[in-house]
Amino acid sequence: MLSKIWFDRRLRGWCLQALLIAMVVGGLGWLAWNAQANLARRGITSGFGFLEQAARFPISESLLAYDTSDSFGHAFLVGITNTLFVSVLVILFSTVLGLGLALARRSKHPLVSGSATVYLEVIRNTPLVVQLLFWYAMLTVALPSARQALSPLPGVFLSVRGLYFPKLVLSGEVLWFWVAVAVSLLMVIAAVMLRPMLKLRHGMRFPLVRSALAAAVVLVGVAAWVGGVGASLDVPALRGLNYTGGSTYTPEFTALLIGLVFYSTAFSGEIIRSGIDAVPGGQWEAGSSLGIRRWHLLRLIVFPQALRIILPPMTSQYLSIIKNSTLALAVGYPDLSFVVATTINQTGQAIEGILILMGVFLTISLTVSVLMNFYNRRLALVQR
Amino acid sequence: MFALKKICALLLLGAAWSAHAQTAPDVVTSNTLEQVRARGHVLCGASQGTVGFSSPDAQGNWKGLDVDTCRAIAVAVFGDKDKARFVPLNGQQRLTALQTGQIDVLPRTTSWTLRRDANGLNFTTPNYYEYDAFMVRKDLGIKSTAEMNGASVCVQTGSTNEVTVADLSKKLKLNLKPVLFDNNPASRQAFFSGRCDAIMTDASALASVRASQAQNPDDYIIFPASGNSEALTPAVRHGDDRWFDIVKWSFQVLIAAEDMGITQANVDSMLKSDDPRIARFLGTEPGNGKALGLDEKWAFNIVKQLGNYAEVFDRNVGMGSPLKLERGSNRLYRNGGLMFPFVFN
Amino acid sequence: MTHAYLATQPPQALPPTTNTVTLWHRLFGDAITAIATVATLALLAVALGKTINWGVLHAVWPDGDAAACRAASGACWAFLSEKLRQILFGIYPPGEQWRPALTSVILLVLGAASLPPVCWGKRLVLAWFVGIVTVLLLMRGGVLGLAGVPTAAWGGLPVTLLLAVFALGAGFPLGILLALGRRAEMPVPRMLSIGVIEIIRGLPLVSLLFVASILLPLMLPDGMSIDGLLRAGAALTVFSAAYLAEVVRGGLQSLPRGQGEASRALGLSWWMMTRLVVLPQALRSVLAPLTNTAIVMIKNTSLVLIVGLFDLLSSGRAALADPAWPTPYVETYCFIAAIYFAICFSLSRYSMWLEARYSQHRSH
Repeated sequence: MLSKIWFDRRLRGWCLQALLIAMVVGGLGWLAWNAQANLARRGITSGFGFLEQAARFPISESLLAYDTSDSFGHAFLVGITNTLFVSVLVILFSTVLGLGLALARRSKHPLVSGSATVYLEVIRNTPLVVQLLFWYAMLTVALPSARQALSPLPGVFLSVRGLYFPKLVLSGEVLWFWVAVAVSLLMVIAAVMLRPMLKLRHGMRFPLVRSALAAAVVLVGVAAWVGGVGASLDVPALRGLNYTGGSTYTPEFTALLIGLVFYSTAFSGEIIRSGIDAVPGGQWEAGSSLGIRRWHLLRLIVFPQALRIILPPMTSQYLSIIKNSTLALAVGYPDLSFVVATTINQTGQAIEGILILMGVFLTISLTVSVLMNFYNRRLALVQR
Repeated sequence: MFALKKICALLLLGAAWSAHAQTAPDVVTSNTLEQVRARGHVLCGASQGTVGFSSPDAQGNWKGLDVDTCRAIAVAVFGDKDKARFVPLNGQQRLTALQTGQIDVLPRTTSWTLRRDANGLNFTTPNYYEYDAFMVRKDLGIKSTAEMNGASVCVQTGSTNEVTVADLSKKLKLNLKPVLFDNNPASRQAFFSGRCDAIMTDASALASVRASQAQNPDDYIIFPASGNSEALTPAVRHGDDRWFDIVKWSFQVLIAAEDMGITQANVDSMLKSDDPRIARFLGTEPGNGKALGLDEKWAFNIVKQLGNYAEVFDRNVGMGSPLKLERGSNRLYRNGGLMFPFVFN
Repeated sequence: MTHAYLATQPPQALPPTTNTVTLWHRLFGDAITAIATVATLALLAVALGKTINWGVLHAVWPDGDAAACRAASGACWAFLSEKLRQILFGIYPPGEQWRPALTSVILLVLGAASLPPVCWGKRLVLAWFVGIVTVLLLMRGGVLGLAGVPTAAWGGLPVTLLLAVFALGAGFPLGILLALGRRAEMPVPRMLSIGVIEIIRGLPLVSLLFVASILLPLMLPDGMSIDGLLRAGAALTVFSAAYLAEVVRGGLQSLPRGQGEASRALGLSWWMMTRLVVLPQALRSVLAPLTNTAIVMIKNTSLVLIVGLFDLLSSGRAALADPAWPTPYVETYCFIAAIYFAICFSLSRYSMWLEARYSQHRSH
């Protein structure tokens, strides 16, 4: 019977697969068993109950309001928003600057393309951590102390404590105001996205975008008036030891932002450049023979075709940016990995903390991949 | 074909082994002493360079109060103070390193707190009583915590100081801005470069930093932060009572030796002492070593190789060291301090 | 008889081509180009001027000392010369530092020897094997009269090189296995490979290092422990395996199916087909992306700073903590970056040369 199994290809396949599953399940089960035994022996609590307890550790900067009596769950939320905030900013800046770098590299001017190449090679061949630490060091060394801060504009102060600038403070019924702002933003975006389709399919001639903008302005104005919303400027001033009031960008945040933007621009630039290069030369020639100028050629003819080629590697570059933001640990910016590390230290619950960290990043990665795949399929060439 | 047979055989073996392994754990307590003996040295957590407590010198030899505490354990187990290895850990890693088994004992300036005790650690006996303090530049004109309104404070994550800064800020409405770092060198450099107005950690660590890292030590002033004291205590994992006893009593040897007047110099002559207490302590009258599972001369070896607590203190953080700290609360109870020797019977 | 279409005279020589696009023309040809040239030259002059001022004119050269560095406003190169050993070798005992130096040399030489395609073959694999065993024995000591040095004391450049070699050397076979598994017909290996690859590629390397350094000791039975350096190496290996798997999968996909079908028709077993026909061609077609992934992994070894291991970057930061010197961050980080740049830039040039060479060879 055994030789029958052995020589039958299908049965052999199923046998091997069963053994593989047994090995994997067995291995993972062994690890989980040991972990459980070790946790019980060492008296470390397990489970996610700690998320409701008070965190008691401070977080130096955050978008959301955070106090040490808030729960660990809220601290994680603060960490996630910090990560997303930095990532979105870096994605925006690096895409725009990457386009500039791509054009610089393609330029026929030897100095411009030469300096772009030098920048690219230096950035791509040094580790990101070294670059982040370098920028943090430059900021701490080069900036003056708080007492002798630079003040390029009134109310704006640049010192080793960070960049302080005035903050717009709203008073009154702000909740409905922000709801109105959000609704009008969605309305305008929907109008912009739906207009080409509606125009093409139904021959609509109604000025959708302009009316959406007008409606948005009216809605926001009404909400502001009804809610009695007033705006004032909170200007930072040196009181005692530090600046109070206003908003601030700390050196940690700035170093992380600058370092990540410089690093990602290099890679984005290369992706955009290879996309533009991949468009056949015939497109350029046909366009210029029709009398279209170079800039319009790039914007209207070449770039839309290049977008198809750029999109997949650009997606992985964006995901890479989000993952690289975990290096905030090296400069001390409180992103999710920093909060997780502190929580593990305070509660001893390493498994739960790391599971949360991995879960958040996997969710973000998979979501972005799915969205980009969807957009990619819409852009795909319909072949004959 | 033959390769396939080999792969199948391996898979079968692997499945069988993993199934067997799942029935294994029937040990309730772990046996750190056996593991240490098998390994041949004690693994101790150390800091990343706090002069006076645990830092390597230019030749790579570790020196400090916590280092000597660890060496006492090594002498107790092996009879040789060099059978101790030090793993540099930052503030965030030190507790998890102990909990997950990377090190055997953590004598690294760790405060005894309720949550840490409940969360898988057992604290043995304090080796240094400490109060937390701020260090600021003298030219800022600040002399006490109440004047620190709006100050930015460099503090290390994973330490009790993190919580203290937040508590002080709330209680005294100081609006302190913490700047958090995950390692000590970054925290200190940020303070000296002017990123923060003040740095907060244990007063002795600040004295060490001021003596060893400030360009001009007289430019800085150290004052107590919250006025509360903490007990820095070597910690071990839950689940091993024997190892807990050994670590605790190894350090107690140093205090008891000072209490009984035994020093590194006179310990040999003390062997012939008539005092039964000293005889039981030094092992001339056997019993203590056997109770702990150690050699009978374990206490004698510790004092002979390291000295008593006064000598250890003096050599590392006291008047015989660059830090020149006063004993303060770390004196014996007889002299008004908190160091209390238990009974070696 | 001459026909009308036969040429009777030799063809006229073409008029000489004049290269009208000279360098001058490219720099100052028209208004915009000229403005761009002037602006770029001005920027470069200012930047270079400041750099030379700081780095050369006001710098303190290796014969200076700490006091001179504090007094000067320029770069403190004296710090680098003073601390070179600590940055390169960490807290390795000073008397034994010839061992990590020899280790770095061996690894770099082996790396350089692996580059030219003529050297590829069984002898190279053997040389690597012998080299790695030698290097580990040298660093660890305890045999042949060498003093034993625990891995907690290793640091600096040898650790970086060892981690990179380990991650790539062990990750490459694992990556090939994952890529083959992903293309298998049987559902179980396919699902497992896809799961492993997608999960690891979706996670940041920092989280994998956390898992390896914090969770792994928790998941091993009491008493069993794995060395800290080995744990970080395992995390880097798994990470590179996932990325290399995707690159190899691209190569496998680019291979025509006929190759596999023809080998099976000739009676080769699956293993022989994969080893002798499919893999060599697939790998040859993705040599450039493989080298780029190798460069990325070499840079990724610097992340072990986060879990407290002493590699080149971490040793540099530790050297900066010396209170006797004013902290010259920029000089130190530039020096460390220069070492990484030297290694990675050479590899990237090599990858471009390799790609050019193999694209020529492909058309035969």
